[in-house]
Amino acid sequence: MKFDDEPVPGYSLPILPGHVSPGRLERVLRAGKFAITSEIDPPDSADPAEVLKRAAIFDGYVDAINATDGSGANCHMSSVSVCSLLTRVGYATILQISCRDRNRIAIQGEILGGAAMGACNLLCLTGDGVQAGDHPQAKPVFDLDSMSLLEIARRMRDEQRFDSGRRIEMPPRIFLGAAENPFVPPLDWRPHRLAKKVAAGAQFIQTQYCFDIERLREFMLKVNDLGLLEGPDRVFILPGIGPLASARSARWIRENVPGVHIPDAVISRLEGAENQKEEGKRLCMDLLHEIRDIPGVSGAHIMAYRQERSVAEIIEATGVLDGRVPWYPGRDDPKALNPESPEAVPL
Amino acid sequence: MYRMRRWVVRHSNVFEMIYRRFEPLLVKLDPVWRRLGHERVEAPVKVVEKAVKGALFDCQMCGQCILSSTGMSCPMNCPKSLRNGPCGGVRANGHCEVKPDMMCVWVDAWEGSRRMKHGDRIDAVQLPVDYRLTGTSAWLREVRQQNGSSSSTDNSETTK
Repeated sequence: MKFDDEPVPGYSLPILPGHVSPGRLERVLRAGKFAITSEIDPPDSADPAEVLKRAAIFDGYVDAINATDGSGANCHMSSVSVCSLLTRVGYATILQISCRDRNRIAIQGEILGGAAMGACNLLCLTGDGVQAGDHPQAKPVFDLDSMSLLEIARRMRDEQRFDSGRRIEMPPRIFLGAAENPFVPPLDWRPHRLAKKVAAGAQFIQTQYCFDIERLREFMLKVNDLGLLEGPDRVFILPGIGPLASARSARWIRENVPGVHIPDAVISRLEGAENQKEEGKRLCMDLLHEIRDIPGVSGAHIMAYRQERSVAEIIEATGVLDGRVPWYPGRDDPKALNPESPEAVPL
Repeated sequence: MYRMRRWVVRHSNVFEMIYRRFEPLLVKLDPVWRRLGHERVEAPVKVVEKAVKGALFDCQMCGQCILSSTGMSCPMNCPKSLRNGPCGGVRANGHCEVKPDMMCVWVDAWEGSRRMKHGDRIDAVQLPVDYRLTGTSAWLREVRQQNGSSSSTDNSETTK
């Protein structure tokens, strides 16, 4: 999809009436297209080429790339630096900020810095507890929670003020997102909690992995009943999906990754398959088909940890983009390709 | 006192009623607090408040109590100090991601709020904690707020 007011592809777009950001993701969602986002696992490295290499895998298939922020409480390159490297070549990024590692002073600075570097989307997260990661001895900060982070980010943007009340000269033009997990207790409160996030400022939602389509359907019905999918302040919901590598890994994830609900039926389906990895991908494709047909769903967030190459395959096979090729560096001008893309010609 | 605080949540409606009577009483006694001086009564009130709320709710003395908005389940017992609802890591049995033996503070809060008359207060967005108030009396602060006599540190929004 190319926008007609896009002089230099990949550069920040003019902000349309009713929009808050110059980003592509907001454009695609507000245009009513089925949006695809995916995420980069930031490298354990200071090599910028590694970041670009990981992004090139998604060329032509995703509308925005999440850069995770110490996911699973493990140490990696920071989200804001991954976003900065990616926006330099034009990628649309989703900056993730978790409340686990920084206090409100650091976080607000990061929001300004991220926006200055061209990140147009911000995903506000609470973050996994430090016990889940490789530094369980670290001090958990949690000065803010995801809700107060959203509220502060919204006020920085709309009221041009820090939490202290001090004025911001040029506010961050960011599309605000949050996470939700419709699959874990208290199930009947989850839609209300989403409403609370929307009230705090959330405009898009990426959910935890969905392997239970019925729970998602019920959740979406209630979200719709709460009136969250209508009007100018509506929220766009992108359920999370991903391919499971095997029944064994599914069991491991269920037991060890906080908040991932995998029904027994999914595990037995994988167990019964000859090629479990292929079956995991097929399962993901089936889920994507079903998710697209749920009323009110605006897209999908594909998390394919260590199987990033399968994202393209899953999107191709399901045809959810309807022939749309999301912009990537070099799509319209081969000379502008991401230098780390396999198709890039060395200068 | 994990068992005590869970018992309180199961009787959140009773505690809501007690609070509804207790609060106006505290506020009515404001002339007494004023005559003695808020600074001077802070220390003894704090001791009583800590003892009572500590025993009942496992109160952590954040100084900006929001129990009436959280189903009488103290959010400061959440290992992530969440003040606005559960994180996405709640286990299938409703237990905490960080402390597997503990019921999620917010699963309890949701249960508690449904027994309360003003349980819908749980849907209000809570501002971040003001850490300057940690260890101070939330009761006296409430009295000052209701009577409009603000002190320099009373600038965040709370309900009780």
